[in-house]
Amino acid sequence: MVRNPSANRAQFRPADHPNESFLLTTVVGSYPKPKWLNRADELVEDPDSKFDDDDLEEAHDDACRLITHEHERAGLDTVVDGEMRRNEMVEFFAERIDGYEFNGPVKVWGHNYFDKPSVVEDVAYDEPWLVDEFAFTTNVAERPVKVPITGPYTLGFWAFNEAYPSTEELVYDLADLVNEEIEKLVEAGARYVQIDEPALATTPEDHAIVGEALDRIVSGIDEDVRIGLHVCYGDYSRIYPEINDFPIDEFDVELCNGDYEQIPTFQDPEFEPDLALGVVDAHTAEIEPVEEIKANIRQGLRVVPPEKLTISPDCGLKLLPREIAYGKTENMVEAARQVEAEIDAGEIDVDAPLADD
Amino acid sequence: MTERVAATPGIYPLPDWAKGTLSDLKGHQKGDLLSGDEGGEIAETYDEVRAEFVDDQLEAGLDRVVEGQGRWDDMIAHPLAVHEGVETGGIVRYYDNNNFYRDPRVVDDLGFSGDVAAELEAAADLIAGSAAGDAPLAATLPGPYSLAELATDEHYGDDAAFQAAVADFLAGELEAFPAHETLFLLEPSLVTDPPADGTEERATDAIATVAGATDADVVVQTYWGALDEKLYAHLVDEADADALGLDLVAGDRDDTVYNVQEYGATDSVSLGLVDGQNTLIEEPETVAERVEWFEGRVPAADFETTYLTPNTELFYLPENKYRAKLKALAAATEVLE
Repeated sequence: MVRNPSANRAQFRPADHPNESFLLTTVVGSYPKPKWLNRADELVEDPDSKFDDDDLEEAHDDACRLITHEHERAGLDTVVDGEMRRNEMVEFFAERIDGYEFNGPVKVWGHNYFDKPSVVEDVAYDEPWLVDEFAFTTNVAERPVKVPITGPYTLGFWAFNEAYPSTEELVYDLADLVNEEIEKLVEAGARYVQIDEPALATTPEDHAIVGEALDRIVSGIDEDVRIGLHVCYGDYSRIYPEINDFPIDEFDVELCNGDYEQIPTFQDPEFEPDLALGVVDAHTAEIEPVEEIKANIRQGLRVVPPEKLTISPDCGLKLLPREIAYGKTENMVEAARQVEAEIDAGEIDVDAPLADD
Repeated sequence: MTERVAATPGIYPLPDWAKGTLSDLKGHQKGDLLSGDEGGEIAETYDEVRAEFVDDQLEAGLDRVVEGQGRWDDMIAHPLAVHEGVETGGIVRYYDNNNFYRDPRVVDDLGFSGDVAAELEAAADLIAGSAAGDAPLAATLPGPYSLAELATDEHYGDDAAFQAAVADFLAGELEAFPAHETLFLLEPSLVTDPPADGTEERATDAIATVAGATDADVVVQTYWGALDEKLYAHLVDEADADALGLDLVAGDRDDTVYNVQEYGATDSVSLGLVDGQNTLIEEPETVAERVEWFEGRVPAADFETTYLTPNTELFYLPENKYRAKLKALAAATEVLE
């Protein structure tokens, strides 16, 4: 069953929040890397260059500081470092988990490849995956830091399984490792963790495996820690209302891309976790005007009341030009603040949010 | 005495160097995928890839050599994706995989193309020029049922006419092929999206149309599980195949054995024995045991030929593992000798 989102939401409300209503603003995670960081990643591989691993670490630190502050400048209530240290959402974790090995890139489509790892023996926890990253970011941030983690279902099914009798068993072992990592993150001060499971969108019939994995992930995690789940680019009717049984505080969806056609899916039965609604499209290179985003936010009010609504982009923004990503984020926050004020003033009827003022 | 033949249906992963070179030369976007009229450095790169594929197979000791289909950006939808009567639409999911191809929208008559014949000619020349100059060539084509399933018809108007047109198109392509010992017709859709009840014969007619256009032994390779039993019976009786390809890796292999026990088999059989979608490399002894397991469970087990194959195409694998799979198949035939 759903965790207790009302027990952990208030801690993300800034002391100087301007409105009575509070729509928690956040991001899914990834953000365009500055071009110089991509050059730095290449340079460290060049044997003729003096640029070494220490220099790269400094570059990563600089980039994380930069993007964290960029998120704060956009006005977000909770921030991420833009995943500046991460290459790809499976590879990054597979490199840190014992039991994985890499054999080389495989085709996804055309000339787009992915270094799909193989699980060659039982997976095991070696060193922390994200604790250093979190400690750095939280140290430079003035706002609470959210930590996105690729979920065990995606880490299992987007790998070759050489070692386990079934990939389901691999997923449960990975879920135990994610739980261990979250315990360490919580110890380091993290209060907002998002599990990313894009693989569920391609095989929605496996929602029970994801549910079982989430039970393991949240085992022993206090209710003051907010646990979100992000699933993108799929037919949500195939996993709803089952996700109401998931032990999460928040379900993060990509609906802007589909023009909110799937909103009715979530209206019946009643949506139980908080809803983190995508209100800007992660794959169009135009900045949505504030008024358009406000209309998108109202779509979320058809599903949940304001105190259960979180505002977010559809997905990670890393494929956009950086100035577009920033513009979308800034307008998103501005739209949320305006909607809050309109709710406070009684200009938006939260029971009929699409009705004219 | 059954002849055991190690072979593959092709569609190999590009070597890592070629992944980089071709992505630099062609780009990463939908509009950058192969149009079929490539020239210059791109064509030269594919020539090098083809030579490497032929070498890989000769070195592994396979009994049939395929072109390797490095150019097939759209996997088995390739022959339509590069056809002038076809416009490519959006990127769509390739079966139940994290892979995608361009939706081929057929907007005009499917006349002769010659695209696949040209690459096979090049492969035949490579083999002839190698130390193993007499190694038999195997050709690869999508089966007409799967190809029609993967495409969108915006020209022929109804399913039956479209399937027949796709079969005629493939037969026409096949007639232009250089001499080949074996033809693999890849038909995964027969398992994943089988013909509706009562339309099995239309599918088997289409396959027979293509099979009739070559003197080579025809292997109709099905994969991703067992065939529906009624469809299996139709295929054995009507598809004009020398061998049906049966997947012993994915799905329930007992269902496949049941089909053979109940409805008999083609004169030869092709067995999907190594997993084309997993990096775990099967020992040659394991592969050989799987052959004996199958042959031991079916009556009148004297197949003319048993083809030892991967269950799927091999492009899902990293290049080192693809080569290891070729070696495992070739070594398994030696274990069985």
